[in-house]
Amino acid sequence: MSEKEPLLSKKNLKLVKDPLNENNPITVQVLGICSALAVTVKMKPAFVMAVSVTAVLAASNVVYSLVRNYIPPRIRIIVQLTIIATMVILVDEILKAYVYEISKQLSVFVGLIITNCILMGRLEAFANANKPWPSFLDALGNGAGYGLILITVSFFRELLGSGTVWGYPIMEKLGVYNTGYVNNGFITLPPMALVLVGLIIWLQRSRFKNLIEKH
Amino acid sequence: MQNLIDIFVRSIFIDNMIFAYFLGMCSYLAISKTVKTSSGLGIAVIFVMGITVPLDYVLEKYLLKAGALSWISAGLADVDLSFLSFMVFIAVIASMTQLVEMIVEKFSPPLYNSLGIFLPLIAVNCAILGASLFMQEREYNTLAEATVFGLGSGIGWYLAIVSIAAIREKLRYSNIPGPLKGLGISFIITGLMAIAFMSFLGIKL
Repeated sequence: MSEKEPLLSKKNLKLVKDPLNENNPITVQVLGICSALAVTVKMKPAFVMAVSVTAVLAASNVVYSLVRNYIPPRIRIIVQLTIIATMVILVDEILKAYVYEISKQLSVFVGLIITNCILMGRLEAFANANKPWPSFLDALGNGAGYGLILITVSFFRELLGSGTVWGYPIMEKLGVYNTGYVNNGFITLPPMALVLVGLIIWLQRSRFKNLIEKH
Repeated sequence: MQNLIDIFVRSIFIDNMIFAYFLGMCSYLAISKTVKTSSGLGIAVIFVMGITVPLDYVLEKYLLKAGALSWISAGLADVDLSFLSFMVFIAVIASMTQLVEMIVEKFSPPLYNSLGIFLPLIAVNCAILGASLFMQEREYNTLAEATVFGLGSGIGWYLAIVSIAAIREKLRYSNIPGPLKGLGISFIITGLMAIAFMSFLGIKL
């Protein structure tokens, strides 16, 4: 890549846009599912989780991209893990300081960002061979793609399971309870998250036929 | 003894790593195409988990917890290193995985070849770090409890991946709508299996 290329060239914009849809980290690359499902009962923790993952991903992508030429390939996994773990500790301390309640709800899942496959996957597949700026954009794109799925799943789980959106009791205000509507508690249980993601994948692949698998 | 059996059964069935916490989903979905490879990976996970959880327990108890260093000298009694636990745990896990990789390569080359890239990726299998973090959060009292918890979680994971692999082998002959093939249907089946596993919740331990 030449020095003269503008900061937001077409190629760079593509890095941000692609993961949002056709190369989504969760539904296409199958990365980072572990945490995606467990934190999506309510929208607020899901949002905090998405932001934390994006922050950790951006920081570690840039750092690793800066040092990539000095690391012998044999020990790179340990180096990657150390960089990620440092960033996660930072995020964890910040969350505990400013949004303690949500940090409690996320419990072990903040720590599990370390082993979130999105991070290792992107460091290995992208930052390993690219300069800091494209790596940063790649991180933003993938973080946003991850966040998009998290927010979508949590929106439906919160709306149908608890009758609220972002903590706002929308079902009660609309007066649907008077017509005999009852919250579906089942949807707040873990299995339904899996089914919801399955449905999202179905929808996405019906639109983009090239993603369909043979088996 | 009763207590240990409780923890063992709980960690296999009720707090199953995959069906209750979705941990280790990435390799669970990627490797579960045939029973043979998935059972190999499952055994590797049991082994790594059975070692790392007790090891991390010892480190947590004598090194990281608030006041844990007091066994060295009284002056260190108010040192709290717990913020370092992520780093220590992941280092233990990464080195243990390296060890398992070397053992498998030496004793079972076919298994080594079929697991391919995913063996080093056990290091980033969320289930393994997850087990250590849950061990920390639930505050088990003795080393035996931590060991039993680690083994139980590993066996639960093994059970899950082998059963989905068996289902997916059969699925190849069924007529699934195109866009749902592969990943989509695997998600929905896992969901259904998780519902089945929820019936264990009724067991009072």
